[in-house]
Amino acid sequence: MPLFASLYNFAHWLTQNREEAEDLVQETYLKALKGFASFQQGTNFRAWMYRILRNTFLTSRTGLSVKMTEPLDLEENPAALPVTPDTPESVLLARADQQAVQDALERLPVHFREVILLCDMEEMSYQEIAETIGIPIGTVMSRLSRARKSMRELLETQVRGASQARGAPQK
Amino acid sequence: MTCPWSAKLDRYLDSELPDDELTEMEAHLRSCPSCAPEALSRLQLKRVTQAVGHRFSPSPEFRMKIEQSMSAPKPRPWMVRWAPAFAAAAALALMLISVGVWLQHSRSEQALDELADLHVATLASANPVDVVSTDRHTVKPWFQGKLPFSFNLPELQGSPFQLLGGRLTYFQQNPGAQLLFEVGKHRISAFIFQNRAELSRLNSGSSLSRKLAFSSETWTEGGLRYFIIGDASPSDIRGLSEFLRSAARS
Repeated sequence: MPLFASLYNFAHWLTQNREEAEDLVQETYLKALKGFASFQQGTNFRAWMYRILRNTFLTSRTGLSVKMTEPLDLEENPAALPVTPDTPESVLLARADQQAVQDALERLPVHFREVILLCDMEEMSYQEIAETIGIPIGTVMSRLSRARKSMRELLETQVRGASQARGAPQK
Repeated sequence: MTCPWSAKLDRYLDSELPDDELTEMEAHLRSCPSCAPEALSRLQLKRVTQAVGHRFSPSPEFRMKIEQSMSAPKPRPWMVRWAPAFAAAAALALMLISVGVWLQHSRSEQALDELADLHVATLASANPVDVVSTDRHTVKPWFQGKLPFSFNLPELQGSPFQLLGGRLTYFQQNPGAQLLFEVGKHRISAFIFQNRAELSRLNSGSSLSRKLAFSSETWTEGGLRYFIIGDASPSDIRGLSEFLRSAARS
């Protein structure tokens, strides 16, 4: 089955629950089979499948609660976002281990988590992400920038907290 | 102060910069003390995210379940949807078969009626047969050259049947032999034709029927189609047909 493992992985990241992820994937394939006639040959099949999965998730109980907390995207200029300078924080960030990144991803809001996963994990182009999520490319870029900034902040907090814990005097 | 190039770092690392900007960005990174370590830090985070992202794998049971649900036929909705069509098709097929059987029966009935007419017309004629003889060795040769086939006649000595003679006849545009026999006071006609397509569509095999006090029997033997018809009893019709069958096989 095409994309089965990838779709399941993405579904699990969205729902953060094995059973919900399985239900989501199953429903996605059923909907894809039923609606295959609506798939336009020559367009992006992967984006089409991920869009079905994502829309199905958003109409699920978990997805509805997430949707209500999704903020409006501001078409802000990514250039306006400050770049973290070469500070001790960025040096700490470079040493962030996989567990820290995993924890940060899980703590991110779903609308940030999905855009990072689609870009960094699935290696989708901005165009594919725009088709999957149903937003303009400009919004993809700004949301991705905000998501990464948010993730870096989470990681810096974790790494700094861990450093402070190691540096604390032993009782 | 923020480097203006920093806004393009994500697009650079996501391979979304156009070629000309890509070249400029790479040149800039070699000289910018702010963007270079930031690009490295983001690239490391991107790679770790990619590795961490592939975290969840579907269980083999779930994979099997989905594969089965995708490949398994769904007979119920399909059958429900097409049941009326199948019922209609079955009814139509049954009707066609019935019509076919009825047409075949009707053709056979019509053929026997036509042969009965020929038989009655022969009996009504002042000269019912063209070759008048009780000798089969006289009657059979008479048909030579007149028919595109040959046939055997039985030896009837010692039987209740007597050969009276024969004549040429035509049935459904096919030439054939009409032989007249007598049993008691009853006369029986035996018709012999080539078993062509139009005749083969009639009831095949041996059959005995009775209509309007006429008994008849028909069968196919050696590429020839035989019809026996007369107002004799069915047992006499059957008896004569047995003689003719034996002669055909000899």
